[in-house]
Amino acid sequence: MLGGVCAGLARRFDVDVLAFRVGAVVLAIGTSGLAALAYLVAWGLLPSTGSRLEPASRRRRGRAGSWRIAFGIALLALSVLLAFRAVGVWWSDALVWPLILASFGVALLWGLTRPSGAEEEDGAAVERGPRPRDTAGGRSEPGTGAQGFLAVPDGGSAREAALRFSRAGFGVALVLAAALLFLWANGVLSAAGDAALAALVVGIALALIGLPFWWGLVRRLTTEREARIRSQERAEVAAHLHDSVLQTLALVQRRSDDPAEVAKLARRQERELRSWLAGSDRARPNERLADALRGVATEVEDAHGAIVEAVVVGDAALDPAYSALVAATREALTNAAKFAADGGPVRLYAEIGEDAASVWVDDRGPGFDPASIPPDRRGVRESIIGRMERHGGSAEFRRGPDGGTEVELAVEGTT
Amino acid sequence: MSPQRPSGAPPPGSEPPSVVIVDDHALFRAGVRAELGEMVRVLGDAETVEDAVRAIVDLEPDVVLLDVHMPGGGGVEVISQVAKSRPQQRFLALSVSDDAEDVIAVVRAGARGYVTKTITGPDLADAVGRVREGDAVFSPRLAGFVLDAFAGEIPAEEVDPELDQLTPREREVLRHIARGYMYKEIALKLSISVKTVEAHVSSVLRKLQLSSRHELSRWAVTRRLVD
Repeated sequence: MLGGVCAGLARRFDVDVLAFRVGAVVLAIGTSGLAALAYLVAWGLLPSTGSRLEPASRRRRGRAGSWRIAFGIALLALSVLLAFRAVGVWWSDALVWPLILASFGVALLWGLTRPSGAEEEDGAAVERGPRPRDTAGGRSEPGTGAQGFLAVPDGGSAREAALRFSRAGFGVALVLAAALLFLWANGVLSAAGDAALAALVVGIALALIGLPFWWGLVRRLTTEREARIRSQERAEVAAHLHDSVLQTLALVQRRSDDPAEVAKLARRQERELRSWLAGSDRARPNERLADALRGVATEVEDAHGAIVEAVVVGDAALDPAYSALVAATREALTNAAKFAADGGPVRLYAEIGEDAASVWVDDRGPGFDPASIPPDRRGVRESIIGRMERHGGSAEFRRGPDGGTEVELAVEGTT
Repeated sequence: MSPQRPSGAPPPGSEPPSVVIVDDHALFRAGVRAELGEMVRVLGDAETVEDAVRAIVDLEPDVVLLDVHMPGGGGVEVISQVAKSRPQQRFLALSVSDDAEDVIAVVRAGARGYVTKTITGPDLADAVGRVREGDAVFSPRLAGFVLDAFAGEIPAEEVDPELDQLTPREREVLRHIARGYMYKEIALKLSISVKTVEAHVSSVLRKLQLSSRHELSRWAVTRRLVD
């Protein structure tokens, strides 16, 4: 539980750790604490061996256990006292409670201030393998476990900072209480009441003086950290703007005599910048239907210089039926872009539900009658209608209310 | 992004709507003024949250054209500050933003609609007119956002059917807006009157503003995380 001596031994001898623990406790009680001394010695000696035994799992033990560890240390202190008493080395019973309280408090404080390296070292032997860090009531966000006491908590872990704080306060209070208890028990306190009061006042004064400095330090660390993050982000943005926007602007200047081309360049850049800002550089057009549809819209826009406004609601994993839907959508968009781009933007609207998806492609072009398509024109007949039907879907062509064409494609997913 | 063409320019005889333009880009404010021309009366403009609040309270425009992104809290801040002294003030959000979270936030704060800055002058004037009448103005993109936000099941005990769900008819209307249809065309297609279309859109706006539906607040997050 505590130094992991039991766990380490258990691992070494390939026996259930529980057996060792129970054994240790029985020993400790039976010998009135002598075994606890042995445990302490073992703790001092074993960790390095332990760390070699289980290097990979060292990191699993975080600060979260520090309450438990502190409690364990307090118990350990108790058993050490019992041991001394058993062997006849004894001063006064008045020592017991102050010492236990103090060891609890000190253990808590050390748990907070220990640098991460040491922490890992003596956390060498792990208790019962991987185990969530927060089982013992402490909280430790992933990645913030190994921080010094003064280190600024990562963004979002203010709660951990508060916890750390309360733990530190509790530890200090315990140690102080132990000291007072000791003095009081020895009758020194009443005699030195005035002196104690004076000391208390001085202590508080010192704390008041020290607090601002400490606070300032924390603030400065926070600011520096933020500045560092900001400058990194700025560098990233600058790099991106340089690669994309500045390049496009250069192109625009060179092609300034060709308005269509300039408009196309501007449109492409706008789209790219938007998707970058929206963080959709993580788009996975080969896996997700929504990304695939947006990708198709972009593709057609680029290829035919038309404007395609895409609105996609919902998402699903791409499967064969949905891939067919994407291909048919590309065809429908291409037709619209070729024959109806003068009537304004081509619109793609897709609604992706849990097990089916529908796509509408609307344009404001001259419109056409699907029945009048000659049989040798394979575009509509094969690439759209045939393709959808082969996958159990449907494709319908209608005239829009104000002219233009609307294509409605629907299919159920196969997964 | 688009054109909800109108029941049109202001009815003959009535005053064109008065507006205040709030945007931190001077170039854009000038552009909007020029494009709107005679179709609306621009009473003034402002480029900071503070100036905007003062101008709106002083000038009492019919409609405020409000940029979503501005230093000092953005459109949401302007709306919440103005609401203290002019709760009846009508706002139309105008932005280049595609970020659903921002757009939904400003609409939930009280804007009666959202259009993108690529909108044409006449369409914008029309949208202003609509907002003055108390109607809602949904661009195709906003309609898509709303359909997305109201998609998916939520546990039945958490549903307030009055606010947390769209009726099939509302869905149908939104779907057509997302496809770029104008109110008039939607009315034609669904065999209902333009007034009914407007009523549906206003009802959706109300739900969007009042629903406590979980997805609305966490919406942008979940959208990025869907797998």
